[in-house]
Amino acid sequence: MPGKLKVKIVAGRHLPVMDRASDLTDAFVEVKFGNTTFKTDVYLKSLNPQWNSEWFKFEVDDEDLQDEPLQITVLDHDTYSANDAIGKVYIDIDPLLYSEAATVISGWFPIYDTIHGIRGEINVIVKVDLFNDLNRFRQSSCGVKFFCTTSIPKCYRAVIIHGFVEELVVNEDPEYQWIDRIRTPRASNEARQRLISLMSGELQRKIGLKVLEMRGNAVVGYLQCFDLEGESGLVVRAIGTACTLDKLSSPAAFLPACNSPSKEMKESPLVHPPSLGCRSTQNSPIHTATGSRLTQNFSVSVPTLIYTGMGSGSAGKEGGPFKALLRQQTQSALEQREFPFFTLTAFPPGFLVHVGGVVSARSVKLLDRIHNPDEPETRDAWWAEIRQEIKSHAKALGCHAVVGYSESTSICEEVCILSASGTAAVLNPRFLQDGTVEGCLEQRLEENLPVGCGFCHIPYDELNMPFPAHLTYCYNCRKQKVPDVLFTTIDLPTDAAVVGKGCLIQARLCRLKKKAQAEANATAISNLLPFMEYEVHTQLMNKLKLKGMNALFGLRIQITVGENMLMGLASATGVYLAALPTPGGIQIAGKTPNDGSYEQHISHMQKKINDTIAKNKELYEINPPEISEEVIGSPIPEPRQRSRLLRSQSESSDEVIELDLSHGKKDAFVLEIDDTDAMEDVHSLLTDVPPPSGFYSCNTEIMPGINNWTSEIQMFTSVRVIRLSSLNLTNQALNKNFNDLCENLLKSLYFKLRSMIPCCLCHVNFTVSLPEDELIQVTVTAVAITFDKNQALQTIKTHVEKSLQRASTDNEELLQFPLELCSDSLPPHPFPPAKEHLESASSNSGIPAAQRATSVDYSSFADRCSSWIELIKLKAQTIRRGSIKTTVTVEKASPVAEGNFRNRSAPPCANSTVGVVKMTPLSFIPGAKITKYLGIINMFFIRETTSLREEGGVSGFLHAFIAEVFAMVRAHVAALGGNAVVSYIMKQCVFMENPNKNQAQCLINVSGDAVVFVRESDLEVISTQQPTANCQPLCTGGEVTT
Amino acid sequence: MTNELDIFVGNTTLIDEDVYRLWLDGYSVSDAVARRVRSGILEQTGATAAVLQSDTMDHYRTFHMLERLLHAPPKLLHQLIFQIPPSRQALLIERYYAFDEAFVREVLGKKLSKGTKKDLDDISTKTGITLKSCRRQFDNFKRVFKVVEEMRGSLVDNIQQHFLLSDRLSRDYAAIVFFANNRFETGKKKLQYLSFGDFAFCAELMIQNWTLGAVDSQVDDMDVDLDKEFLQDLKELKVLVADKDLLDLHKSLVCTALRGKLSVFSEMEANFKPPASGAEDRTPRIPAPQNLSRGLVNVAAKLIHNKDVRDLFVDLIEKFVEPCRSDHWPLNDVRLFLNQYSASVHSLDGFRHQTLWDRYMGTLRGCLLRLYHD
Repeated sequence: MPGKLKVKIVAGRHLPVMDRASDLTDAFVEVKFGNTTFKTDVYLKSLNPQWNSEWFKFEVDDEDLQDEPLQITVLDHDTYSANDAIGKVYIDIDPLLYSEAATVISGWFPIYDTIHGIRGEINVIVKVDLFNDLNRFRQSSCGVKFFCTTSIPKCYRAVIIHGFVEELVVNEDPEYQWIDRIRTPRASNEARQRLISLMSGELQRKIGLKVLEMRGNAVVGYLQCFDLEGESGLVVRAIGTACTLDKLSSPAAFLPACNSPSKEMKESPLVHPPSLGCRSTQNSPIHTATGSRLTQNFSVSVPTLIYTGMGSGSAGKEGGPFKALLRQQTQSALEQREFPFFTLTAFPPGFLVHVGGVVSARSVKLLDRIHNPDEPETRDAWWAEIRQEIKSHAKALGCHAVVGYSESTSICEEVCILSASGTAAVLNPRFLQDGTVEGCLEQRLEENLPVGCGFCHIPYDELNMPFPAHLTYCYNCRKQKVPDVLFTTIDLPTDAAVVGKGCLIQARLCRLKKKAQAEANATAISNLLPFMEYEVHTQLMNKLKLKGMNALFGLRIQITVGENMLMGLASATGVYLAALPTPGGIQIAGKTPNDGSYEQHISHMQKKINDTIAKNKELYEINPPEISEEVIGSPIPEPRQRSRLLRSQSESSDEVIELDLSHGKKDAFVLEIDDTDAMEDVHSLLTDVPPPSGFYSCNTEIMPGINNWTSEIQMFTSVRVIRLSSLNLTNQALNKNFNDLCENLLKSLYFKLRSMIPCCLCHVNFTVSLPEDELIQVTVTAVAITFDKNQALQTIKTHVEKSLQRASTDNEELLQFPLELCSDSLPPHPFPPAKEHLESASSNSGIPAAQRATSVDYSSFADRCSSWIELIKLKAQTIRRGSIKTTVTVEKASPVAEGNFRNRSAPPCANSTVGVVKMTPLSFIPGAKITKYLGIINMFFIRETTSLREEGGVSGFLHAFIAEVFAMVRAHVAALGGNAVVSYIMKQCVFMENPNKNQAQCLINVSGDAVVFVRESDLEVISTQQPTANCQPLCTGGEVTT
Repeated sequence: MTNELDIFVGNTTLIDEDVYRLWLDGYSVSDAVARRVRSGILEQTGATAAVLQSDTMDHYRTFHMLERLLHAPPKLLHQLIFQIPPSRQALLIERYYAFDEAFVREVLGKKLSKGTKKDLDDISTKTGITLKSCRRQFDNFKRVFKVVEEMRGSLVDNIQQHFLLSDRLSRDYAAIVFFANNRFETGKKKLQYLSFGDFAFCAELMIQNWTLGAVDSQVDDMDVDLDKEFLQDLKELKVLVADKDLLDLHKSLVCTALRGKLSVFSEMEANFKPPASGAEDRTPRIPAPQNLSRGLVNVAAKLIHNKDVRDLFVDLIEKFVEPCRSDHWPLNDVRLFLNQYSASVHSLDGFRHQTLWDRYMGTLRGCLLRLYHD
């Protein structure tokens, strides 16, 4: 019962001409919420009507408030025939439902029609009066805040991080209902838009309920996706991390019950005993250990040394036992959670103890019709299986948690690939125990900081590694073991020591597949998957080596299924972590060594590769300091010997050592060229062109090695579709086409943005889809940020920043969020509903179960793995790249404290232009401070045309549509009183065309967080209290309110 | 492998000034690409021709979408679809409404009708400006004309307000509108040496002094139409040449004042009035009744007829500029003469139309000085 929604329709402008005779329009407006509709008067003969309506009042349940969108329809009055619709505006009123966000929605909204696009604008004011309802059994979850941002939002502090929340709802897709045959495309599109809006409202409400159950007040890293399953229905699913957040400005936060029991912890600074982990599946190339003497070490840096000293003391003494204790506590806290997953990708310092490596699981499913929308068990069960698998993979890596977790699907006809991936990690037990003590926290951070390289240290037992991994002592602290390569799905920790700059690394792969139906198709796909993962991984590894780097962050592997092919696209940001050993080079070995010309060819290639590595090192400024012999001292030789024992050196790799002296290391990576395919692989390695000078790119939040951002940002979306010539498609030709497509796209971006040089493309997000047999569609969203070339060189920063970090604690407060995992505060079963679902799914003998039986269930990875590992072993013998387990990629990185990002002190920036709404996929805005989060933006649009040629063909059509989507997002943000969208993401861009019929249709789903930001330069002038008030004019200023 | 679809959309709309210019100049995508290649951009940026092609297409598409808004520039400011910084918006508008000197000279003073539009082909051939660009410029003229034609208030202000143009460009458009409305002949061969700037200068003076707006700022069309009453009154000036005494007095006043100051004094003296002493007329090209004063006064007297209004510039050139030029008057002498010529009328006791004379001659003096060059 408790809510009153008030709407006022003020005016319209730029309306289309609806009456040809008078060249004018007689417009009126219908305002609909739930089942109630109000109408304004007809404003005769004007393209700029002034309705100035009364307040329309809707008295509604808060449940409805959460689910339903406000629907505003603008129509042209016609005395003799039916009124013509001009267009609609859907307004999500969720942001008005929690106190800290927006209080009013007021502004100009584009009037949108699914056939004609934007047709003028309408000025609307929306308010909500909410009555408090203390009913415990309420179905609404008003007041739970949602954030797309995958870190703790900037003006909040995490009191507790509760953990994973997920939910999904299903429904029939209106497009596939019988009625669709008789209704107009417009009606059908609108039905779909409305349904999805409803479903996402419902989903959000349900997730909110779960959060309330866990006693949280917010969801961070909220990711909502649509699966358009066609005939079988429509699934809307979401995952996120439940938290209890506390606004930073408010001095004393409420302390939840769980904060007490952490006193012992204070005495025990966290140490990283070598005994933590157990074993890990790891894909590590084969290396020879002898070379590492020559490799450089970063421990020279002063701060690191200090920390090392502290760390070693504690480690030596109480470290061992304590650790075990802590570990136990952590585990017990986490084990209460069904899935100890976190969708966050950035964490406060000290939260992340060790990183095990990437864990992922995929499963191929056959879709069946969703018979009862109220019981979405089948899909729930599918995801539960996959999550279970992820959890066990993490365990295998000695980790009790998964961070940077995400889920995705790829659907083609009735086959669906479900994927989940994340990074296995060990989290700081102190955070689990320790609720809130802020004072202590800071101290602890201090203590903890020494272990800047800690997250690189292996969490598993080196004697018990199920897969061969090459371990060395950390090049930073020299105390713990680190792997030679580390892959993760998270952002680079702020305190990680990095040498040089990072770069975007992509692996691209296509595999042809026979067209098939149902089970046969699913089988074919699941047979291909392991090969693809293996090759994607190999490519990543090779490209990483070629860049002279040793770690990947933000790894995202997307496998897309089409009618006759599978595509794999992996993107990540390569980095040189100072704690990890210097990567070896790449060595090519020919198969037939006696052939003279062949050898010549090989040596030519080898030279090219060596040159490329050298060039890349220069380009990315990778020149780690050389280690002097004394520093290396005792610890190093030992592991080396051991690795020799464990792994027999092959002759070829010994040769490598001899040949590869130019790189100063002997653990080279050997590529054996035994057939044309391998040759192609090597060639394709060399075709990737580095970005032009002045450009950098990465797919993480921030570019390692650049921290002097200036304020200019340009977010963009670029879409390309290519048509493959259907004649004799081979894997090779496909690969080349796909590779060219991506490379050309990047080249175009560099060219287009050349005026921003020096700049960096951040959060480069590629999405591949296969809309038709011979079409490949690639969608890229990223943001280009300018930086100041002349500021702060990397090396200097390393030292300076330490002091800065210390000095400016209040600065950090904003970015450094204490997180706690509190076991006490949680009910024993955080996810009772999910469990029930699971059980019921298994016990349920109904239709779903039966169908499940028939569908090929490939989700259990273990089965696949065994055969798959054998396969790899086979391949490894010839190729000598080391073994990989597809699903589980394990790597680590080293932590050297270097908080580049947080201290990127942007210089005073240009005054913001009035009325501009910035959009960025990042969680921050360079040179500005986010002062307020206004709520989540989650919008879904359909656009259709039956006059494709007239609208400029497919390019013209989509160009206009995407521009319209941006405009609608900006308008909603501005109406909320915001001036930017952060963590913006285009989750879906489904484009279908039928040129013969002159038709096309496109669906786009975007989301992000609406925020108010204030320029840092302005902040200095204004006193701290004003900014909020101050930015209101900033955002509304652009609106020409009439 | 062909690019079926290829787009780039920025949150802030990217505008490439060079491509915008090519688009405005009416080049096709392929011509524009070829020109960009020739500009050496590939070498500077290391891009490929394919990249350039895709980039050009993107920009062209954007411009095409923006064009609708550029037709009513205030819409560009208020629309929500393209986020463009104000400085860029101004640039887009200003460039869109900019025109080529060669083109405007062809169209200036012509009726902005369909008929003229049909001639654009020829203009395009003659000037070397692409037909597309000609059309844009012509449509701009016509659009501005239509909007401000019947509006009340200052012409320049109206243009500025409805098209958000710079002051300079607004003034130019005011001249174009004024010329189009009064259909001044500017295309005659003897007028070819005049630039658009010359005409615009004259237009501004005439708008300021000869239109309705000069006397009453609350009338429709005030800056567009000439003040009919004023034109009617101009007939009264005839007395200056019809009355022989007045003419002689006027001449002597001017001659006395200018004696010794003018390098072409004798020519001036000779030309001032009909050659009573006959023989002094050494310029056979100038018809017999032709002399400066009579010429100028006759022009005034005829302006009541629309046809003569149209021929105003032709007359000015024939009756004043050409005679002076053939006698090699330096510009400074022309200035001294005209100043003295206008001023000395005030000393003519029998002449009652001092204000009328000043309104006429003040403007004409300015125009003539501007028109007097090679």
